[in-house]
Amino acid sequence: MLDDKDRIFRNLYGLEDWGLEGARRRGAWDGTKAVLDKGRDWIVAEMKASGLRGRGGAGFPTGMKWSFMPKDSSDGRPSYLVVNADESEPGTCKDREIMRHDPHLLVEGCLIAGCAMGAHVGYIYVRGEFIREREHLQAAIDQAYAAKLIGKDNVHGFPFDLYVAHGAGAYICGEETALLESLEGKKGQPRLKPPFPANVGLYGCPTTVNNVESIAVAPDILRRGAGWFASIGRPNNVGTKLYGISGHVNTPCVVEDAMSIPFRELIEKHGGGIRGGWDNLLAIIPGGASCPLIPAADCEELIMDFDGTRAVKSSFGTAGVIVMDKSTDVVAAIARISYFFKHESCGQCTPCREGTGWMWRVLNRMVEGRAHKREIDMLLEVTKQVEGHTICALGDAAAWPVQGLIRAFRPEIERRIDDFSRKASVDDQGILDPAHMVAAE
Amino acid sequence: MSVRRLAPKELQPATFAFTPENLAFAQKQIAQYPAGRQASAVIAILWRAQEQHAGWVSEAAIRYVADMLGMPYIRVLEVATFYTQFQLQPVGKKAHIQVCGTTPCMLRGAGDIIDVCQHRIHHDPFHLSDDGDFSWEEVECLGACVNAPMAMIWSDTYEDLTKESFNKLIDGFAAGMPPKPGSQIGRQFAAPEGGARTLIGGGAMTRPAIELDAPKEPALADGDAKKPTKSASDRESPAPKAPAADATKENTPSGSGSKKAPKK
Repeated sequence: MLDDKDRIFRNLYGLEDWGLEGARRRGAWDGTKAVLDKGRDWIVAEMKASGLRGRGGAGFPTGMKWSFMPKDSSDGRPSYLVVNADESEPGTCKDREIMRHDPHLLVEGCLIAGCAMGAHVGYIYVRGEFIREREHLQAAIDQAYAAKLIGKDNVHGFPFDLYVAHGAGAYICGEETALLESLEGKKGQPRLKPPFPANVGLYGCPTTVNNVESIAVAPDILRRGAGWFASIGRPNNVGTKLYGISGHVNTPCVVEDAMSIPFRELIEKHGGGIRGGWDNLLAIIPGGASCPLIPAADCEELIMDFDGTRAVKSSFGTAGVIVMDKSTDVVAAIARISYFFKHESCGQCTPCREGTGWMWRVLNRMVEGRAHKREIDMLLEVTKQVEGHTICALGDAAAWPVQGLIRAFRPEIERRIDDFSRKASVDDQGILDPAHMVAAE
Repeated sequence: MSVRRLAPKELQPATFAFTPENLAFAQKQIAQYPAGRQASAVIAILWRAQEQHAGWVSEAAIRYVADMLGMPYIRVLEVATFYTQFQLQPVGKKAHIQVCGTTPCMLRGAGDIIDVCQHRIHHDPFHLSDDGDFSWEEVECLGACVNAPMAMIWSDTYEDLTKESFNKLIDGFAAGMPPKPGSQIGRQFAAPEGGARTLIGGGAMTRPAIELDAPKEPALADGDAKKPTKSASDRESPAPKAPAADATKENTPSGSGSKKAPKK
């Protein structure tokens, strides 16, 4: 288990003052000027050396992302830093703790990231549901302005303005280009890439969009040294990480621990164990609703990091683990996720707009077994047609949980179908009756 | 996607105008964005319009906001209908209850919570209760999965709910005395039930000294540096163990300045 002294978020549970004074006591804003004085090249090189991979789900190296920003603006366009605090995926609730209990780490991180990419303005886009969190964050920013830590004329010598923008309940705005659209005051519909935001982003200017956690860990990485961060975890999956443990565990919680922690250790130490004991585990969703589920058999040796989850055909996502014990109706659980994606599809691309609804309707019938067995393969086929055929990754995210379900629980779906047909009476008009289909939808 | 339309004509108010405070708020929001990009403030301003007008966005408000920002009406209408937190029809006077029904909450009993809503408020979401005091909807993730199941009323979340505590919550709002927001079983935010298992020593005590090649920044803000803050005394009184020595040995590998003298 990670030592307390190696933890970055020392006020994760709100036991102490979240304001400027408390943050300083925990070491925030310490030596910030010295870091900035070393220059943007040093910061980017150090971030690259630290091996930090983006914490928003895709795991793209943060240092490299920062290095994509243009060195100097030849055409007069300013650069922007945008922080993605639109954490909306079921299972993921880590950034909330940062914003309400350690907002100064984020504010300081924004200043450093802004300096590293030559951006003098930053926007933090907070999801609409986080009203109190946004108020905390705004208060922290106001404190930083008042103490001249940020602003036009601040003690660090790098003019930097930071603003909070507020969403209003659209999951899709967590996609970086949709977020930029939303920031511009439009519907959050993702843009085609290329051009990438580093060239044409917010208001057509170079922009980098980073996750809250990626930005908030940056000051500590630079203070303590890239080597410290890189020494935690295993190669390619380094550093500390906020894990969220929800679902059927005895004590759900958010906790910061090392990357590459064995799943079992994470659950036993922090989650208080699976409800009803380890053998009662049915499956987990390792990193937010978009990740394919992992059946219990694969959880035994599972290492919680990017490579460990990929080895069992899932993905690490944001490390928001959803645990399901044997009492779970797993088909219904995935059907609910499908409904989520149906609800949150922005409607721009046909495969996603129509496919997410279609998948949900079929899954909903499969919950009670009102389906043909051949429809399982048809469903799989449709997920493949949605995946990779949309502008953004929401189509993929909707397809993966369904694929994971079929991969791991096909016998369960077939059992339900058999069960349903066995119980059907002669009078039952059966699954082919359009009226029934409509009723089920 | 979901189809969302404005409330029928007979429910729409004829006019809408911001109060002076909200107008000032709107101006401040607009000032956050570069000149000519005032449309960026539309979501924040619509939020205010919703708060000012009984918790829902009317057509008059949409036109008012569009005029204020110099946007075509259709663009603001698009925004108001796209973002699902904008309520487009009247909501309960005392509480509009948003229950999270996605998988993590569902696993921990969101179904029971929705049941209560259906029995006590109205069978269908977005319908007012008979007395007009309450309405409810099932929402897609409120972002507190480790505190599931949960509900949001106005600006606050109520977490770790059970059927009983949720009933009490509704009673509280009906009586005008809502319970304290947050966990309803006394948990410390997102810490495990029964108390945190990490960070037990508190955040500040175990912090390793930070070393940098460059000298520490000269001054804190203004007079701050001279004031003996609470933090300093807190840190010094309990057991002044030396975290610097061991911590740096373990934590700061070569190349990041571990050989330098500790800062003063």
